Amino acid sequence: MLTDELGQGGTAAEGPGNRAEHQGRTSGNLVQLITPAGERVSHPEYDPWVQDVTDEQLCSLYEDLVVIRRIDTEATALQRQGELALWPPLLGQEASQIGSARTLRDDDFVFPSYRDNGVAYCRGIKLTDIIRVWRGNAAGGWDPYTVNMATSQIVIGSQTLHATGYAMGIQNDGADSVAITYFGDGATSEGDVNEAMVFAASFQAPVVFFCQNNHWAISEPVRLQSHIHIADRAAGFGIPSMRVDGNDVLAVMAATRVALDRARRGGGPTFIEAVTYRMGPHTTADDPTRYRDANELEDWAAKDPIRRVKALLDRKGLLTEKLEAAVQQKADAVAREMRSGCINMPDPEPLDVFKHVYSTPNSWLDRQQDHYARYLASFGDPAGAASEEGAH
Amino acid sequence: MTAAMIKEFRLPDLGEGLTESEIVNWKVNVGDTVRLNQVIAEVETAKAVVELPSPFAGVVTALHEQPGTVVEVGKPIVSFEVEGDADGPPAAGAEAEAEPAKREPNLVGYGAVVETTGRPVRRQRNLAAVPPLVEPAETERPPVEPAETKPAERPRSTPPVRKLAKDLGVALEDVHGSGRGGLIIRDDVLNFVGGGDLPAAGQEFAAAGAGQPPERAVSGQGEREVRSPIKGVRKLTAAAMVSSAFTAPHVTEFLTVDVTPAMELLARLKSSKAFAGLKLTPLTLVAKAALIALRRNPSLNSRWDEANQEIVQFNYVNLGIAAATPRGLTVPNIKDADRMSLAELSRALTELTESARAGKTSPADLSGGTISITNIGVFGIDAGTPILNPGEAAILAMGAVRKMPWEYQDQVALRQVMTLSLSFDHRLVDGEQGSRFLADLGALQADPGMALALA
Repeated sequence: MLTDELGQGGTAAEGPGNRAEHQGRTSGNLVQLITPAGERVSHPEYDPWVQDVTDEQLCSLYEDLVVIRRIDTEATALQRQGELALWPPLLGQEASQIGSARTLRDDDFVFPSYRDNGVAYCRGIKLTDIIRVWRGNAAGGWDPYTVNMATSQIVIGSQTLHATGYAMGIQNDGADSVAITYFGDGATSEGDVNEAMVFAASFQAPVVFFCQNNHWAISEPVRLQSHIHIADRAAGFGIPSMRVDGNDVLAVMAATRVALDRARRGGGPTFIEAVTYRMGPHTTADDPTRYRDANELEDWAAKDPIRRVKALLDRKGLLTEKLEAAVQQKADAVAREMRSGCINMPDPEPLDVFKHVYSTPNSWLDRQQDHYARYLASFGDPAGAASEEGAH
Repeated sequence: MTAAMIKEFRLPDLGEGLTESEIVNWKVNVGDTVRLNQVIAEVETAKAVVELPSPFAGVVTALHEQPGTVVEVGKPIVSFEVEGDADGPPAAGAEAEAEPAKREPNLVGYGAVVETTGRPVRRQRNLAAVPPLVEPAETERPPVEPAETKPAERPRSTPPVRKLAKDLGVALEDVHGSGRGGLIIRDDVLNFVGGGDLPAAGQEFAAAGAGQPPERAVSGQGEREVRSPIKGVRKLTAAAMVSSAFTAPHVTEFLTVDVTPAMELLARLKSSKAFAGLKLTPLTLVAKAALIALRRNPSLNSRWDEANQEIVQFNYVNLGIAAATPRGLTVPNIKDADRMSLAELSRALTELTESARAGKTSPADLSGGTISITNIGVFGIDAGTPILNPGEAAILAMGAVRKMPWEYQDQVALRQVMTLSLSFDHRLVDGEQGSRFLADLGALQADPGMALALA
């Protein structure tokens, strides 16, 4: 069996397996509150953390899930149409991103990887800002301080260091906000992530390590990278961890709340392994059929994060035509807005490359900019030269 | 509602840095009405088979490429009739000029393309509009020239090849580059000095010994070789050359002989008037003896030409001498050594070793060897299994001359003894010929007078 059996954690939950307070190994049980069939199952440890989620909020989560899937598929299409240079699809990981991001406060700070565009959506980042980098129009899409979310980190795992450092800053400020960092299963093999966890534990920094175990580090399966559950790696650092069904938006929400609460109360870092699956390619430049079994995809399609919420809403009698129409309308509108924003995005000016390199004036950079400006001027018509270059 | 208009969809770069893709099949026909993002085709790139979603809602008016065709990125593949405006995007790369610029493949992670010129090609300047500029960032460049003439550039090559050229005294400006984008590669340099298309060329010049068979070096003297015509120009890859060198099956034989008579002869010659001022050493006599023995055993002076399935029999001897030099081992050779008198040979040996030690061996001296001698005796070594200089059939290692108890006239006596080690290519040389050569050589050392019988 290549993949995890959601909800089939082997032995029944005995001992402190899923207890959030547990410092040792997780016993491998997955925290799950909604089954793949859409049944709400109770869990004594985690139910209290999502008790306040109203039907209305559940519908709202459903909308979020549908909308970011639509954003994702639209962006994938835009790449195929030559409008984006690259896109890292998040198909299948919607619940992990929505469930965690929707629990954050505005003053919490997010340090994402490149695939966390669903989190970016939840942080209120404009659609055009999300895709700006992927179109190749800018080195970063937004001002991190306006939304308390850093720009996407391409280097694997580096953002965990930034998060730990930021969390130590929060400690120094005496604030009760939290830094949360998103990364994948592959990143846990990187030195950066391990160093970040050492420091986070040493300083008991208010940081949440949110690992989306999507089972594939490009073509490297997680089972080759880690002979134990990823969550159990945290025990070696003295960081409490949880292993949750990453395709269950409520379970993810509950686990993130546990971790945030601990951090706010001075309890230090927490590691969350959200067990999910990357149903699409690593990026639009990848062909996953070359390295993974089609059966595996089928198994995970059965555990789809959106379908189970839809089924739950149906069971609760909340899945009205009106709701479906409204959600569809919202998704369409968002897709339309993003497409229009994308194809009408003005090309950057050649001299824009000098912006945002330093926050303060820098004479060397100024000199380079001056040289480049004169170089461009040597073509006679800088605007013409620039637009010609832009066409390639 | 505005009027209908035709929109083209140009093939985008579907991966990272792809230049072309193959149309696998069309999912639509001309006349079909398609929705935005409806899959219209399957396309195979170097990385993946992907589905192309339609960038427009409209009616397909033309499919420009057949399934199975490889299409360059930027070329139109399908046209649509769409209602004006709406949210339809411009076609991918629609602003691009009609003939898309040729792009070199440069997949992410595959390294940069070697450009034919090291700096950006400038567009024609609008001189009237722009005052002349001094460009501080480019002070190291040659003076700005008119756009029509290209600045002189250092020939494009790689550091190891530049070093090779420098070692061989070759100016890269004179060499034609046959690599990608005119890059001068190792073979170009070796071909320039001659013999580059021979099996030894793939060897590291200094390390493997540079004595290369004389195919090019002796062109014009063809009557001295027995050869069939070569069809076309043969160009072996470096891998094949290395393989060829390693595929020669080596056999090594040893013979220890009493060389006291040869040493006595050497002493007499040194004091003779005819050899005044010449440097006579055991090597001189061994070399001469080898040349004499070769006349009776010519198969040791030949070459295996794998590519042409020919054996090249040399009717001359370019005698290679392995020399320890500041650059490492080199094997310069003495041209036509078989036609030299002992005095001439002695002089040639002295010149050759001196220039080798000074690092001044010329490329010509390094190429075209037919057989080699390595004098390990100078290091106090007795015997070894020398490795063939690539392209040659035999190599002789001469050991140190030692005073040893030896059988002499049925008594044990203190004699001067030397071990000769001969490696030969068993494809070319049978055990019989190799053994006879070595035995002749030994006989000539044990009794130099045998030269009268063998020569």
